[in-house]
Amino acid sequence: MRERERVDPFRNVEPLPDRFTDAAPFDPSDVERLTPEQERYFQASQWRIIWWRFRRHKIAVASLVVLALFYLCVPFAEPIAPYDPNGRNAEYLFAPPQMPRVLHEGGIRAPFVYPLTAELNLETLTWEYVEDRTDPRPIRFLCLGDAYTLWGVLSGRFHLICPPEGATMFFAGTDRLGRDVFSGLIHGARISLTVGLVGIAISIVLGMFFGGIAGYFGGIVDTLIMRLIEILRSLPELPLWMALSAALPVTWPPLWIYFGITIILGLLDWPGLARAVRSKLLSLREEDYAKAAVLMGASPKRIIGRHLLPGFSSHLIASATLSIPTMILGETALSFLNLGLQRPAISWGVLLNEAQNITVVTIYPWLMAPVIPIIIVVLAFNFLGDGLRDAADPYKA
Amino acid sequence: MLAYILRRMAGMVPTLLIISILIFFIIELPPGDYLSNQIDQLRAQGESASIAQLEFLRREFALDAPFWERYAVWVGLWPGPSGHLNGILQGNYGWSFEYSKPVDQVVSGTLLLTVVLNFATILFVYIVSFPIGIYSATRQYSWGDYGFTFLGYIGLATPNFLLGLILLFLMNEYFGVSIGGLMAPQFVGQPLSVDKMLSVLAHLVVPTIVIGTAGTAAMIRRLRANLLDELHRQYVTTARAKGLSERKVILKYPLRMALNPFIADIGNLIPSLVSGSVIVSVVLNLPTVGPVLLGALQSQDQYLAGFILLFVAVLTLIGMLVSDILLAMLDPRIRLGQETAS
Repeated sequence: MRERERVDPFRNVEPLPDRFTDAAPFDPSDVERLTPEQERYFQASQWRIIWWRFRRHKIAVASLVVLALFYLCVPFAEPIAPYDPNGRNAEYLFAPPQMPRVLHEGGIRAPFVYPLTAELNLETLTWEYVEDRTDPRPIRFLCLGDAYTLWGVLSGRFHLICPPEGATMFFAGTDRLGRDVFSGLIHGARISLTVGLVGIAISIVLGMFFGGIAGYFGGIVDTLIMRLIEILRSLPELPLWMALSAALPVTWPPLWIYFGITIILGLLDWPGLARAVRSKLLSLREEDYAKAAVLMGASPKRIIGRHLLPGFSSHLIASATLSIPTMILGETALSFLNLGLQRPAISWGVLLNEAQNITVVTIYPWLMAPVIPIIIVVLAFNFLGDGLRDAADPYKA
Repeated sequence: MLAYILRRMAGMVPTLLIISILIFFIIELPPGDYLSNQIDQLRAQGESASIAQLEFLRREFALDAPFWERYAVWVGLWPGPSGHLNGILQGNYGWSFEYSKPVDQVVSGTLLLTVVLNFATILFVYIVSFPIGIYSATRQYSWGDYGFTFLGYIGLATPNFLLGLILLFLMNEYFGVSIGGLMAPQFVGQPLSVDKMLSVLAHLVVPTIVIGTAGTAAMIRRLRANLLDELHRQYVTTARAKGLSERKVILKYPLRMALNPFIADIGNLIPSLVSGSVIVSVVLNLPTVGPVLLGALQSQDQYLAGFILLFVAVLTLIGMLVSDILLAMLDPRIRLGQETAS
């Protein structure tokens, strides 16, 4: 076989006299020279190409940056926030937001706030706050303020920004107990932003497990799981979330409740992912390279892990990113309704709980401040997910 | 067609069974029940007089029976303590411990409004997303398209209860109108009149918009994408080449093709719309089942909560049934029993 192939069938044919034949060995890649860029592209790994494609999405990249900034609050909430979010300021109940300013009497200064003084209005029996426009107090940066314990071990008093000497600095006002809303927002990011990540982790594990066995075994298992998925998807999520989190014992410490809520959020989210995993698995199973791996005698573990999983992991990440906002909003809704976390645990939903009463909201609209970071984060996750989804299939168009 | 509807409805029976088991399991999750908590409380206060009565009630409601028996009694597949079948299937929706009334009396006023609100929302989603979707697809990359895309993103990102809260605030702040509740305060308790009906209608508009915004945004995006896919097909070019008017080119073929997933999608959307109506009702203080459910869950009034959950689930299923029937009317492939490839 081998011997025969090596024999040149034209060995006895004389070259025609009027034709020129190059005796030099033929290099097939000569036909189409690859430019260095093409070379780089064809040799790059799948993830590298995904990254290149993702980078072209300007909005998605910007969203990633925004989210990264927000996520900085998760480990470093204490030094970033100017106040202790649970600290009460009895003299400043429902204080309005104090704007950080740079213009004072026509001149530019270092950032400052005007100090607030509270006066009791004896007619309406409410506190009225007056800004002293003649007395700008510079905001302190990199300074010492309220004491805190970072990650349960490091105790410190260092803050990124502190209120000026002898004055207050409530960028987003205070609530009914005089707690700083702005510091609450920064601390609330810790729970609100991680709830989605932990929840999605649970959801991915469940989705891959159920989708995986449905797609791999097929038959009756597949039918049963698909039926279950169909039923779960036809149920309105929020009422079930409400019922499940109402079932969490009130005696639990906040950390347990937190994990309870993330598990609840993850428990109802997996059907969508499972369905995606299953359909991808079913179509990838028929691909030539998967068949080749089977014929070469690869074990199921190797086939799934080495050949099938990389094919849809990028998709999985993209669709998971798109369902993180649902979870963030779910936790917000539950805490807003008093069914989720409660003080002293702080999330954006817990903060919004103060804004449940419409009369309170009309008088003290700054209590709705958590709406802003929620919308920004949800938008950013949506853009990021869209960008990832477009980049997820690098070999298509 | 009739065969399809019957087949589709028969398929709902096992679904309903599983859903009812799931719901019963969930409402039974908290340790104890309303009455045993009550008994514990009385015992802690040293009162023993009414304990015997509560113990009697527990037996009466079969609360001391095992899980499956309680479930079967609740649904009405098993004779209750009274000796005959008397459950949801027989029209007895259970007893609300908190209100000391049968569940149907507690919720009766709210069910109709829940249905009306959800129906209005679905209608709103259809009516608004349909023309905008067509507009966005036919004038791709125009300013209008970009504007609607942007609005759509905002609509998707703003959770509906926050939107409700913001609207509530803005309306109150700038127009001095209170949009909470079902009607303006002066009509409460008044006999039915044209003004009252108008007030109710006006108060229903905002919740409908609030609940429907996210869904509308999703539907616009979907219809736009579907229609764009179709518009690049060859038959459209052919139709244009043959000199059909632009209006006819779009309405006659591509739109019909794009309509198919559009209707199928509303089925997927219904669960989130119903979810939205529950929480938005709480925020806007609408007398739907939402606020009742919240109260029932907080006080562990299990049969009331269970019935509402079941009602909401059934509402969703019926919505999906209707969307499936519409789809079957539109698409002969489904009607004639072939599964469309997903």
